[in-house]
Amino acid sequence: MNDMTLTEKPVNASDIKITARNVQVYYGTTHAIKDVDVDIPDRTVTAFIGPSGCGKSTFLRCLNRMNDTISICRVTGNIALDGQDIYDKRVDPVQLRAKVGMVFQKPNPFPKSIYDNVAYGPKIHGMTRSRAELDEVVEGCLRRAALWNEVKDRLHAPGTGLSGGQQQRLCIARAIATSPEVLLMDEPCSALDPIATAQVEELIDELRSQFSVVIVTHSMQQAARVSQRTAFFHLGNLVEYGETGHIFTNPSDPRTESYITGRIG
Amino acid sequence: MSVGVLTLGILALAGAGFVLGRKRALSSVSGDPRNLHSLPGYHGQSVALFTAIPALLVMLIWLLLQPLFLEQRIATLLTPADIPDGSSQALVMSDVHRVAAGLDALAAKDGLSEQDIDLLRADLSDIRSRLAGVGVAVGDAIKPGVLTAAKAYRLQSATGRLVMGALALLLAVTGFGWSMRRITPEFRARNVFERFVVALLIGASMVAVLTTLGILLSLVFETRHFFQLYPARDFFFSLTWNPQFRGGSDLGIIPLLWGTLYVSFIALLVAVPLGLMAAIYLAEYAGKKTRTLAKPLIEVLAGIPTIVYGLFALITVGPALRDWFAQPLGLGSSASSVMTAGLVMGVMLIPFVSSLSDDIINAVPQSMRDGSYGLGATKSETVKQVILPAALPGIVGAVLLAASRAIGETMIVVMGAGAAARLDLNPFEAMTTVTVKIVSQLTGDTEFASPETLVAFALGLTLFVLTLGLNVLALYVVRKYREQYE
Amino acid sequence: MTLSSTNPPKSLFAVDARTRKRNAAEARFRLYGLIAVGIGVLALIVLLTSVLGNGLGAFRQTFLQLPIALDAAKLDPSGNRDGEAMKKVTTIGYGKVIQTALIAEISQRGIATEGVSAKDIFGLVSKEAPAQLRDQVLANPGLIGQTITFKGLANGRVDGFFKGRVSMESAALDSNISPAQLVLAQQMRDAGMISVSFNPAFIFGSDASELRPESAGLGVAILGSAYMMLIVLALALPIGVAASIYLEEFAPQNKWTDLIEVNISNLAAVPSIVFGILGLAVFINFMGLPQSAPIVGGLVLTLMTLPTIIISTRASLKSVPPSIRDAALGIGASKLQSIFHHVLPLAMPGILTGTIIGLAQALGETAPLLLIGMVAFVREYPGAPPDGFFEPASALPVQVYNFTQRADPAFVERASGAIIVLLVFLVVMNTIAIILRRRFERRW
Repeated sequence: MNDMTLTEKPVNASDIKITARNVQVYYGTTHAIKDVDVDIPDRTVTAFIGPSGCGKSTFLRCLNRMNDTISICRVTGNIALDGQDIYDKRVDPVQLRAKVGMVFQKPNPFPKSIYDNVAYGPKIHGMTRSRAELDEVVEGCLRRAALWNEVKDRLHAPGTGLSGGQQQRLCIARAIATSPEVLLMDEPCSALDPIATAQVEELIDELRSQFSVVIVTHSMQQAARVSQRTAFFHLGNLVEYGETGHIFTNPSDPRTESYITGRIG
Repeated sequence: MSVGVLTLGILALAGAGFVLGRKRALSSVSGDPRNLHSLPGYHGQSVALFTAIPALLVMLIWLLLQPLFLEQRIATLLTPADIPDGSSQALVMSDVHRVAAGLDALAAKDGLSEQDIDLLRADLSDIRSRLAGVGVAVGDAIKPGVLTAAKAYRLQSATGRLVMGALALLLAVTGFGWSMRRITPEFRARNVFERFVVALLIGASMVAVLTTLGILLSLVFETRHFFQLYPARDFFFSLTWNPQFRGGSDLGIIPLLWGTLYVSFIALLVAVPLGLMAAIYLAEYAGKKTRTLAKPLIEVLAGIPTIVYGLFALITVGPALRDWFAQPLGLGSSASSVMTAGLVMGVMLIPFVSSLSDDIINAVPQSMRDGSYGLGATKSETVKQVILPAALPGIVGAVLLAASRAIGETMIVVMGAGAAARLDLNPFEAMTTVTVKIVSQLTGDTEFASPETLVAFALGLTLFVLTLGLNVLALYVVRKYREQYE
Repeated sequence: MTLSSTNPPKSLFAVDARTRKRNAAEARFRLYGLIAVGIGVLALIVLLTSVLGNGLGAFRQTFLQLPIALDAAKLDPSGNRDGEAMKKVTTIGYGKVIQTALIAEISQRGIATEGVSAKDIFGLVSKEAPAQLRDQVLANPGLIGQTITFKGLANGRVDGFFKGRVSMESAALDSNISPAQLVLAQQMRDAGMISVSFNPAFIFGSDASELRPESAGLGVAILGSAYMMLIVLALALPIGVAASIYLEEFAPQNKWTDLIEVNISNLAAVPSIVFGILGLAVFINFMGLPQSAPIVGGLVLTLMTLPTIIISTRASLKSVPPSIRDAALGIGASKLQSIFHHVLPLAMPGILTGTIIGLAQALGETAPLLLIGMVAFVREYPGAPPDGFFEPASALPVQVYNFTQRADPAFVERASGAIIVLLVFLVVMNTIAIILRRRFERRW
């Protein structure tokens, strides 16, 4: 039912992929996210920045309902993907997460082979009809994650045996194997060394051609390097959201300016 | 002097040593403890320790070794004529012990002096009835040789006790005097005391090693004894188990091993899926309320003594299986069966498997689950394809431990599996296990030195090696697994 | 490069067939888990109801109540109320007195006894009753010559009849009781001569022979178990704590320490029956300690309990944060002082909890005790410690096993009743452990 063919969509940054309105998140009695409104465009890298504990990761996890796995977490408000409310009762989070993939802070390859790591998503979602097709998907994803040349001779070695940067690229390959429309990345480089970080950043920039990428990062330089749009969170509020260049050069809110100049953080 | 009085005396001396040592330390600095290297209490404690510990230790070792030593000396006093046909030296020696104890009782009750006892003669006075009068029953008429040996035993053990008492007291007094003299303001009593205490701590940790050693030595020693009387080849390869009261027994372990493994297999068939699924449900699905209610309930199963399970098998499960399954299906009419014991043992092992699996499942890091959910996997897919494979070594370890438990379990099989050694496939048939036979061979009336009794040690050794192998393997697997996530 | 965004834009609201199937699999898997938990809980409930249902009856017993004239001519022929002389009258003599009194009382109350011989009427009384009467009289010779109201045990079958264990049909096949006797017993109960009431002798009395289940009690077994627990506590706690302190605080990281640690974890998993073999070979055969004695049982159980105590003690020592040790060392305390003054007191609740749980395990342990001779039939109470430690005694779980080995079905009730007593002890011990843990548990 899924044709693995290239269907070029026109790159148009004004296409809105995700709209969030009036989002509140509570952890037990803690009000973690307050009144967040945001529009995330398609085929763009959007960066969430802010000091630790500002709620940027929490908000990111709302976008594919990963917060459902935490029993004390409660989300209200409206988040829509292509205009459809993802918190609607009819939505199966399992299907949603196939469309909105996620890459985590610490590389978390499964203790399986490299091949099985990438093949896991397509297998559970039944995306391929034959072994050959699956092989093709795995190879394609590994290539797009710029990992193919490094691992093509040891596809059946355990994924946990790779270096940190390779592991994270494996996780990215694993995430794009379900052909998502949005890719959420929660500080994907925080556990990596500078060289691996540069490789992953390069990869993110390439992924922009097909996905809407949302990245949470601690590093403002990274946000400036990879993103086109930036949102600044502070104490659970979305303080400022706009063109990355604009936010970094001419922030309109004093809190943003303090953060960018290093006075809070 | 009795051991109790001696111990009390030594302890009293140690107590006095504490008080005096303290006092002496204080007086050596004319009452100003600031000039002492160690607090006065430490001086007191070191005197007390040096007084009590060496003396008590010598006493303990003496008490352990004296009977062995005496045994050999007295045994040489017995002539072959004292040992009747069909009896053994060990049996006669136990008569000697009993007569000696009887003589002690006579001395206490009738006020016999040592000379009177020395004058007692087996062939003249009716010692047997006099002994019976103080509650010591001896099989038949006491032979002169036995009486002589008993008298010698009494005298020598009394001498031994006396020497021991003197030695212990001497040691206590020496230790007391020596450590008192050592007390000076500069004396590092605390360091000495602490080194002493650490030595005691090491000694305590040695108990575990000694226990293992004791188990091994007693099993190996008696097993060797057994193999001198019964060929090892027959023990390991004979297909029949048929002990006879009067020798000529078949003592093949295979039917017993078969029963053991069959029961354990059924038990694991029950416990592993149920325990594992229960652990998965409680760890991944159950709400907080269910978990706080159901988890302790299942753990209660682990706290119930096996005798309770045994009784449950005997009076409830056995008859129920017989009336509802075995008889209607024409598979047998025995309440005790492999199935009965296996099912009940399976229930016993559920909490064992589930709590081990629970630990192991929880050890799989949350990031694994996140990774899988992030790709859109359902919970069961995550469990089956990510968590279980990741936890597999740990779960294998848990199953091995459960298997070792099942193989070594005694009461449930004693009361539920039956006593007939049989090589059969029908699970509703009564069969028997290694542990059942250890109990029955060691609690029966057979003579200790016969192969029918000694076989229990060979069975015990087999059991020990089997379970030890499983445990070591399981611990190794689990440890490797833990390292993976640490 | 063939892969890219491929899903034809599909509504999130439409759940496709594959997802439906996956969700069904999910629900099934969840159900299996629930069933597994359910079976576990159900097994517990069935187990407990089976034991309680069978055993509660053991705490109530059928008694006969009747006036007995203690005839001096029969019970004290010498006439001087001298205890030694009165001992010459055996239980047979007392039995005759009871028999006469019983028949007289029945006829006086006008209960028909056709078809029941005098011997059969006396058969309603337990064989233990004459001994009860004799003990009463010997304890108080002044009773002789008076008429007392005697409350004695009824025969086990009569007891079984009133508890529903014996029916008219089973009595017809039973050589020990006849339906006519049961009819008579029912009439006597209606007349108030027979009653069923609480029986303290089940808890405090001593065991009885095969033929008189109605008088079998647990006193000796409870005392024996208590003695063994005392020994285990006195040995296992200090040795276990000392070993744990060494391993946790002093032991260097080397092969020898590794050996000790592997040893301890292996000992924890050695089958209990192997400890019984050890006890038989080392404590009884080698060291010459007496069979069936609590001291041997206590030593064996100590060795079995040690690993449990060591493991839990080490865990609670480990949970005391290093900052406490550093603080003590920092003000010049020696290592031993820091441990004994600070770490050990903080770890104490955990250690005690572990010890109680270890004791509870030891209390229920049966197999090793069978091998060291505790199966022997013991009627006499062991004396006071320390001598009592060396005298024959039984143990609670072994007593259960003993009861089950006897032919009379009345012993099944006794065995289940004994288990209830055992479980009550275990519940109390575990409750104490839980309270200790709840009350003193510290979060760092």
